[in-house]
Amino acid sequence: MAQLSVNNLSLGYDGKEILNGLSFQVTAGSYLCILGENGSGKSTLMRTILGLQSPLSGEVSTGDGLIQNEIGYLPQQTAVQKDFPATVWEIVLSGCQGRCGLRPFYRREEKQLAAENIRRMGITELRNRCYRELSGGQQQRVLLARALCATRKMLLLDEPVSGLDPKVTGEMYRLIDTLNKDGITVIMISHDMEAALRYATHILHIGKTVFFGTKQQYLESSAGKAFTGKEEM
Amino acid sequence: MSLMDNLKMYFQYPFVRYAMIVGILIALCSSLLGVTLVLKRFSFIGDGLSHVAFGAMAVAGVTGLSNEMILVMPVTILCAVLLLRSGQNAKIKGDAAVAMISVGALAVGYMLMNLFSTSSNISADVCSTLFGATSILTLTLTEVWVCAVLSVIVAAAFLFFYNKIFCVTFDENFARATGIKADVYNLLVAIIIAVIIVLAMNLVGSLLISALIIFPALSSMRVYKSFRAVTICSACLSVFCTAVGILISILSGTPVGSTIVAIDMAAFIIFSLAGAVRR
Repeated sequence: MAQLSVNNLSLGYDGKEILNGLSFQVTAGSYLCILGENGSGKSTLMRTILGLQSPLSGEVSTGDGLIQNEIGYLPQQTAVQKDFPATVWEIVLSGCQGRCGLRPFYRREEKQLAAENIRRMGITELRNRCYRELSGGQQQRVLLARALCATRKMLLLDEPVSGLDPKVTGEMYRLIDTLNKDGITVIMISHDMEAALRYATHILHIGKTVFFGTKQQYLESSAGKAFTGKEEM
Repeated sequence: MSLMDNLKMYFQYPFVRYAMIVGILIALCSSLLGVTLVLKRFSFIGDGLSHVAFGAMAVAGVTGLSNEMILVMPVTILCAVLLLRSGQNAKIKGDAAVAMISVGALAVGYMLMNLFSTSSNISADVCSTLFGATSILTLTLTEVWVCAVLSVIVAAAFLFFYNKIFCVTFDENFARATGIKADVYNLLVAIIIAVIIVLAMNLVGSLLISALIIFPALSSMRVYKSFRAVTICSACLSVFCTAVGILISILSGTPVGSTIVAIDMAAFIIFSLAGAVRR
């Protein structure tokens, strides 16, 4: 059974439809890359999967033991966060907030989970540093550790490498790949064709033509050929 | 007579003690949410809402309500909810909506006061509502109790929801995605701000309230680097500045509200320098 099923989904905002009839499924442990031009509805799709926005029609459902609130989300950075006075520890711990319900304070297990994810991201020495003083790559690791606190099963990454330099970008991709190998399902929005073809198991290409399938099928499809061909030119 | 004796003499009067108690409580409450408001880019909302409270106060005065709070509190809360809600997807953008509501309420309030006032000295009335003037020194025991109870509720709500408020302030979308009801907390923040503003009108008057909300937060953000330290520091700083401001105004006869704000400004300058040195 699939962890995430999207059935005949129509997306849009202000009543304008930008995408319709979208269906795909994500099974546990897969690595799905969502590709498409700007304005094709990638971010809208992601917001819909997370339940931040309701679809015009169709449905998104979760299964295989996954609850919608348990999807770890790595959003793009917002302007508010640029000068936010908070330590790495406070931010990562806030990823556990979804488990708390109405309980006002964190339990010991939650603190342990946060510490463990900080270690996993290799940012233990930054634990008491202020978020706004970190480099772009370090900030992404902090947000990734926070997302891991919210999930054990699935991560949704919204352009995780935008604004990072090539070296840090490579490290970020390897980190995400490690998490995927550890059994976490990854859904990533990306512009980066090369990385998508290197790491992903499945590709969803949205735009004028919609494609969903494994990486191999994508490379053989007309959508894939058009896109990869364009990239090479 | 020494300074201490002089102060001792003043503190024998209940109205001075009341002013001190109420001042400290209001300073504490207003600084707690200041951090969230500044970070959410809502600094101006305090100002807008205080003008709304002024308008409501004028209406209450004109209609001859014995207890103005009954009208002022709900109207201010309603406007706070509307303003914070409209933040994301309104036709009129956040700052424009605040400006529109605040000047509108100010104009209507002043007009009503002029048209229907029973008092002989309208400009003094207006001035005291806008700048606080002496109203903090004329508090009754009931008003002190109302203020104390509301302050305790505000502080308790903030403590109880501290972690959630942090989460929603830092990243609203993430909070929503992990199942936190961000709208509920935004609503809670809006209501608390409205309550604080109505309370603070007595202390500093409606024009100066936003200073009480934003200065302590901005000052401590210059120096401290964690959300908790910033919150604690801004609460302590706010209480300290208000206490000093009230003492100075009692001793030298300056207006309470503007003295407090002047002390807050001085603290901001000192903290900015300290922050610059530390970096």
